[in-house]
Amino acid sequence: MSRFRPSGVWGFILRRLLLGVVVLILVSILVFLATQALPSDPALAILGRSATPASLAALRRQLHLDRSVIDQYWTWVTGLLHGNLGTSLAAQEPVTTLLSPKLVNSAVLVAVAAVVSIPLSIAIGAWAALKRDKAFDRTSSNLLLALAALPEFVVALVLVIVFATTVFHVLPAISTVPPGSRPWNNWVALVLPTITLVIAVAPYVARIMRASMIEVLESDYVEMARLKGLPERTVLVRHALPNALGPVFQVIALNLAYLAGGIIIIEFVFNYSGIGGAITEAVVNHDLPVVQALAILIAAVYVILNLLADVATILVTPKLRTQL
Amino acid sequence: MSQVSSDWVADAEIAPPLPAVRGTSLLRRSLKLWRTRIGLALVGFIVLLAIVGPYVAPYGPNTPVGAPNSTPGGKAVLGTDYLGQDVLSRVLYGGRSILVLAVIATALGLVAGTAIGLVAAYSRNALDDTLMRGMDVFMALPQILLALVAVTIVGPHAWVVVAAIALTTAPRIARVARGAAQPIVERDFIAASEAMGVPRWRIVSGELLPNCLGPLMVEASLRLTYSITLIAALAYLGLTPNPNDANWGIMIKQNQFVLAVQPWGAVAPIIAIALLTMGTGLIGDGIARTAAGIDRARGEE
Repeated sequence: MSRFRPSGVWGFILRRLLLGVVVLILVSILVFLATQALPSDPALAILGRSATPASLAALRRQLHLDRSVIDQYWTWVTGLLHGNLGTSLAAQEPVTTLLSPKLVNSAVLVAVAAVVSIPLSIAIGAWAALKRDKAFDRTSSNLLLALAALPEFVVALVLVIVFATTVFHVLPAISTVPPGSRPWNNWVALVLPTITLVIAVAPYVARIMRASMIEVLESDYVEMARLKGLPERTVLVRHALPNALGPVFQVIALNLAYLAGGIIIIEFVFNYSGIGGAITEAVVNHDLPVVQALAILIAAVYVILNLLADVATILVTPKLRTQL
Repeated sequence: MSQVSSDWVADAEIAPPLPAVRGTSLLRRSLKLWRTRIGLALVGFIVLLAIVGPYVAPYGPNTPVGAPNSTPGGKAVLGTDYLGQDVLSRVLYGGRSILVLAVIATALGLVAGTAIGLVAAYSRNALDDTLMRGMDVFMALPQILLALVAVTIVGPHAWVVVAAIALTTAPRIARVARGAAQPIVERDFIAASEAMGVPRWRIVSGELLPNCLGPLMVEASLRLTYSITLIAALAYLGLTPNPNDANWGIMIKQNQFVLAVQPWGAVAPIIAIALLTMGTGLIGDGIARTAAGIDRARGEE
């Protein structure tokens, strides 16, 4: 890679993109090899003890298990690129049919959480920076520090105890999305999972926003703007805020990437029918094609969001552009 | 909580590396901060609970002592769980495995990651690129996902969980170690050691490592918090060898569905886990603030 160095912003994006593709190829090999290391025979696992040698051989041929490892990998990867993720061993259905409604459910949950948490945490961080070392700053900093250290499932369960089962009884403890319905049909059920995700993400975004805003507020150009006699409102909204947002974009993208893994446990707590629930179920059932597909999918989301984080940081930070 | 704060942010061009500080003095100085003291007290309390707990528990972890889901009072101070086992006793027994596994997994990841990161930074050649791209592959999978894949393939054994967490902790540590070591590799005292013919492994372990301890300790405390969370979460998902072990994660899962009747079966282990991770989080923040010089900066800015 080091020989090939196109310069400029586009060169940087291209290099990061290529690196992302390389990482994804290596991840696909890793996931594939990991499932190859499986001691049990998938054909036997499907057919169970009633299998005859003839039916086992036929199923192995159908699953391409009789071919070489490289051949199998190639078939799997080309299928993946064509949107064919194989057949679930447990449900005997194509993995795409099985997963696409769950994918929608998870995407809705993450989107709602993002829409709520991003403006909220930016506001908290900016306000804390303005009120630096005052009561609001101290309280919010300590509270966010404590919340950031709590495991998500602990946060989720505390919310369930407080709002659903024990203290108040105002919200449902379980957020199942029945097959055929959509998450927004029963939006009350989305409230607790959303708050959990917001609490999982907001401390990090608010903290970086506070740090970034403090740095900007102490900068020469903000001082300059104030000395020019601009109203404080204009100084904050036009000069300080946009410059403070640079590092925040990266942390937002990183936190959304994190949610790709984090929803696994949160969906399990609320019995929410998304990909998190699907992968937990597939792990328990040893349903390898589903685990493989979700591992690649989550890794892809993770890599893409990290890529966006890097690109966003470069684009909003003029200083870094010169160094490319 | 989120494990990204240092994962990909650590690019040297975005966040300047923390100044090099000696490890022991860093720990001592961080104790001036109240948050470190509170954190230490919380962790100390939970560790004590886990060590002494099994000796003072009124009942065995799997002994039935009364009717299922009975509320606190009588023989069981915190009531009984869904199988009629004593909640207090199970809480007293349930901390050891989480603590032991989390410490082992983090330590393994810390040692491997530090070694890889320092060697990569010191080599300054193709080995550096190869090692760090290899680390990128493991970082492309969220920790819990790799742990789930490992458990699917090998089974829910304790060593699998430890290996999966160590394997995903190492690249994150390696990134920090490499970032901290890179500016130091360029310094004159390294060149001087090389000129004197000091063996390479002694330069890496004797010169490079002591100068990278500050950022590594910050990262290690963060990683320990995540390891505890992950191990508890995997137990909560039911991925443990023995589904009725006394383990805080398992207890929460088992008693989550009777919260409305007898909340203590889930609430007591939730409090224990929360105190533990808040403690490690506070200690980590204290060390990070000290390493970044925030403890002294307040009056002088």
